Amino acid sequence: MSVLKNDRRIPFLRIAKRAEISRRKAWAIRIAAILLSLITGGLLIIALGHNPFSVYRDMVTGSFSTRTALIATAKIAVPLLGAAISIAPAFKMKFWNIGTEGQILAGAIAASYFALFQHENMSRPVLLLVMFLAAVLVGGLWALIPAVFKAKWGTNETLFTLMMNYIVLNIVTYLRTGPWKNPSSSGFPKIAMFDDSARLPNLFGVHIGWIVVLGLTIFMYIYMKHTQHGYEIAVVGESENTARYVGMHVPVIITRTIFISGAIAGLVGFLIVSGSSYTLTDNTAGGYGFTAITVAWLAKLDPFAMIIISIFLAVLKKGSNTIQTNFKIPASASEVLTGIILFFMLGCEFFINYRLIFRNTKIVEVQHD
Amino acid sequence: MTDIINFLFAAVLAACPLLLGTLGETLTEKSGNLNLGVEGMMFMGGIAGLAGSYYYERSAAEPAAWVSVTIALVCAFLCAALGAFIYSVLTITLRANQNVTGLALTIFGAGFGNFFGEFIGNSTGGYVSVSQATKAGFNDPLFPFLSNIPVVGKLLFSYNFMVYLSLAIAIFMWYFLACTRKGLNLRAVGERHASADAAGINVTLYKYLATCIGGGITGLGGLYIVMNSSNGVGGVWVHNCIGGYGWLSVALVIFATWHPARAILCALAFGTLSVMRFYFPSRIIPISLYEILPYLATVIVLITVSLRKKRENQPPASLGLAYFREDR
Amino acid sequence: MNPVNAIELCDITKTFNDIPANNKVCLQIRWGEILSLLGENGSGKTTLMNILAGIYFPDSGTVYINGNEVTIRSPKDAYDLGIGMIHQHFKLVDNMTAAENIVLGLKGKGRLDRKAISAKVREIGEKYGFNVNPDKKIYDMSVSEKQTVEIIKVLYRGANILILDEPTAVLTAQEAEKLFDVLKNMRDDGKAIIIITHKLQEVMAVSDRVAVLRKGEYAGTVNTKEATVQSLTEMMVGRTVSLNIERPEPVDPVPRMVVKGITSYNEEGYKILDNVSFTAYGGEILGIAGISGCGQKELLEGIAGIYPVTPDSSVEYYPDDTGKATELVGKRPMQIRKLGVALSFVPEDRLGMGLVGSMDITDNMMLRSYLKGKLGFTDRNPPKKLAENVVEQLNVVTPGITTPVSKLSGGNVQKVLVGREIAAAPKVLMTAYAVRGLDINTSYTIYSLLNEQKKAGVAVIYVGEDLDVLLELCDRILVLCGGKVSGIVDGRSATKEQIGLMMTSLGEEVKK
Repeated sequence: MSVLKNDRRIPFLRIAKRAEISRRKAWAIRIAAILLSLITGGLLIIALGHNPFSVYRDMVTGSFSTRTALIATAKIAVPLLGAAISIAPAFKMKFWNIGTEGQILAGAIAASYFALFQHENMSRPVLLLVMFLAAVLVGGLWALIPAVFKAKWGTNETLFTLMMNYIVLNIVTYLRTGPWKNPSSSGFPKIAMFDDSARLPNLFGVHIGWIVVLGLTIFMYIYMKHTQHGYEIAVVGESENTARYVGMHVPVIITRTIFISGAIAGLVGFLIVSGSSYTLTDNTAGGYGFTAITVAWLAKLDPFAMIIISIFLAVLKKGSNTIQTNFKIPASASEVLTGIILFFMLGCEFFINYRLIFRNTKIVEVQHD
Repeated sequence: MTDIINFLFAAVLAACPLLLGTLGETLTEKSGNLNLGVEGMMFMGGIAGLAGSYYYERSAAEPAAWVSVTIALVCAFLCAALGAFIYSVLTITLRANQNVTGLALTIFGAGFGNFFGEFIGNSTGGYVSVSQATKAGFNDPLFPFLSNIPVVGKLLFSYNFMVYLSLAIAIFMWYFLACTRKGLNLRAVGERHASADAAGINVTLYKYLATCIGGGITGLGGLYIVMNSSNGVGGVWVHNCIGGYGWLSVALVIFATWHPARAILCALAFGTLSVMRFYFPSRIIPISLYEILPYLATVIVLITVSLRKKRENQPPASLGLAYFREDR
Repeated sequence: MNPVNAIELCDITKTFNDIPANNKVCLQIRWGEILSLLGENGSGKTTLMNILAGIYFPDSGTVYINGNEVTIRSPKDAYDLGIGMIHQHFKLVDNMTAAENIVLGLKGKGRLDRKAISAKVREIGEKYGFNVNPDKKIYDMSVSEKQTVEIIKVLYRGANILILDEPTAVLTAQEAEKLFDVLKNMRDDGKAIIIITHKLQEVMAVSDRVAVLRKGEYAGTVNTKEATVQSLTEMMVGRTVSLNIERPEPVDPVPRMVVKGITSYNEEGYKILDNVSFTAYGGEILGIAGISGCGQKELLEGIAGIYPVTPDSSVEYYPDDTGKATELVGKRPMQIRKLGVALSFVPEDRLGMGLVGSMDITDNMMLRSYLKGKLGFTDRNPPKKLAENVVEQLNVVTPGITTPVSKLSGGNVQKVLVGREIAAAPKVLMTAYAVRGLDINTSYTIYSLLNEQKKAGVAVIYVGEDLDVLLELCDRILVLCGGKVSGIVDGRSATKEQIGLMMTSLGEEVKK
């Protein structure tokens, strides 16, 4: 009966779950995380041989200082916010829809068809309305394909929606080089520019899409918080068993929600082609779908917080173009910085949910009555 | 006949990065970590390998090709493993959501690759490129003397060393998982964290190691894409060069039902699909639609996998879950 | 030489969310004895043993093994010290073989030598009288086989201190008897054995000494020979309680629900319910007994429309005494409710099925009524009032009605769930393991809530695991065995032995 000698000491660091944390403290931790990520980015800038303060300053001034810059920033923020809004219900339901990029393109293709080939048959308001409806419908249907398989057989939606992005991207290439190729373009095959009647009017220098997107934000807030659909989405996301227990029809909820998600993405596609690029290219979705995932997550799926976050990320993106010109720092810096911010934000949640106990921490005696 | 041989040869070359990505992700997922950041890690591995080789050649008086190749391999592995390490810290130690962390790693890695690819190019006036010797080191057949045997030589012995390396990794990984104690322990970790922990296995250590080594292997896949010259350009940085290969790898893991040996066949099937358009051009189907094939195949694979439910072919049961021993 | 204690625990304290699970607990275990660790649910028995097994790390206190102070930081440390624990929920990997599970995490040659391992497993089996096939996959095994694998796993590692957490909870009487024989063999072999249990009969039958925990504190140790069921109960509860649960006579029982030939297959195509028929009467409590996993869960979920049953099954619901019936089979829960069927269901998995953990109490109250709002909107006012009522009337301990239910303790979670289901004014109320994991006071609150419903004319169906409670609470008891009804007995005249036998063998065999 020999027993091993065991004289190792208490672990240096242990963790325990927190019971509750005040809202203010939680947000303090999150803000600290953002600051830390900016500092990390700053260290990277120093390593590249630049002054981080002037780089950050130029990023901000490059996005806000002039009217042109402001409009350019807004043109990034609007589709970004729209795409994030489209992701919100899907992610709330824990349906990892990363096919927003493709759904934007699908909507854009549908809108472009009418803009390119039917603009002579309709008056401007009718044309814009038809483009809008087509984009919403096709975006929704495109998202519906993986949703149906998920609802019926539990097919992995993350990869399915992602593959749908590549498929629709190649369809755009096909249209651009084949049937929709502008015969008058020489060299690189392109799709023709839209007729003026297919372009969205501007308001304060930016296409009216920004009003649409702000309206969507309010709609999504109410939809998620105060409607029966929103409640069902929250229950399904949390526990499908509970949803079945109260008799919710889970497959219907999944397909309906993802249709709405895709429809909003399709609408964003319409806003991009009709409001800012006036044509369809391989780059129409331009990574908005992916960046929107970041926006949605950082905002904790709260539509109003998404406004702030999407402006913040738009500044990063616009600012990275400025610093490319001013400092010759490649524009991909915005993605690196976004990644760093995400890492810190993901990590900081731990400190909100758990507390650390160091070896020398005195445990407060719990009074037992 | 030669057409078919050339076609198969090209298919194997195209399959190699997919195989590396799949193997790395398989190892990762066996520990219960679903790392969706393969694409990002491939970017990181690709640029680090290229940069390592490039800076070595610039600094050495008489750069030797084999040193350059070795440095590229080590840099690619380490840098991708670093990406996996960030992922590990966030998901294992800090218990962040694995899906979102993987996406964040993809965003970060893609930015990292493109950023440094351009940055190094800018700082040297133009673009990054390694020497012909290094390129040859990555692309020349490993057994030149055997590759002249008719048919068999071309089909079996004419590939570059990366192809054989990836096959060796696949076979070793299969042996490791099926026949060794440590492999058994790793599988237990992925199946049920609490069971493995109660059996005295250091769950955290296993998860970290599997994820980081797996990440490193996917980084080699990224390096292969950068160095491979079968598409005309090799040894230079092309913007967004990974182009979805990482994501295809994640899907292939499911296709191969978490089995390293099966991964070889699955990667080969996908390699075949991706080069088919060059060898069997169709008048009816335009090239851009032909390019959809691998993605479409992935979708079909996902659907078939979800339809068939066999006990042995299921993902590790704890895939995607965080573990906290004192949870109740 | 003085005999040294195998284990000595001194002043062990462990808190979860600032609630102490163990408060300054001291305990000694000797070599060559079987010690019962007795206590109510939630008294901290499992927590204390998990500290020994390296699962939990204590906030303070010291552990001595064989007289030496030790620190147990992980299960590996525990094994190195010769401590092995068989957890209530087995820690096995389902799609591996018994042998693979047994050698998991052990050092040795890099390559697995499956033959040698199987041989050693068989050898251990023969020594203590186990029968196990080392190459069988865990998912093909019965509960008792799995337990055997767990015990061998611990012995294979050379453990000489064995801890068993509720080992008989999932076993038939015969299997439990066999287990006790094995344990006695090991005790005679000089090992120290701890059994966590709350079944007094077992304590008396198998152990040498009994240590009692009460609400996380140590209440003392006695020699089994000197103890009686009554004295142990007093130690456990801290006061003499009448074990009598109120059981009013059923008044005017009318058939509320007639179940005819419910049959169901699970996902693997295995018949999990086989032609189950019974009638539930208003104004009575119908108990359902059976070994866990005999179809209780599927039966209730099948009635509620959540679990698929074959189309020729029938569940007739009689809303009043006119004899008009509504058929429930083939309808979803929502349709059932729309037909005006007042059926409430307290499922076994409270946070995973009955409630949504991350939502607050108000939103959980809305779960049944969220469709009542106008124009597709939700109306939070009625559920808010309901939440306030439930919290007040059932004494739910919570910071407020906006607290997520996952932050509440087990008993309070159950009060929220039962409160909501009763508030729906049911005519049939089904409960599955309604008092599992609850302390004795909350359990009695639940019993009296059920009795109130019974007096109000509700047909109550109570699926339970504790036969004593079933025999004291229920008017009739339906016994399930392997998905079939092995009989329905009168709760006032049946005996525990009778039900125990019916649980393990079907009615026909009993009659023989």
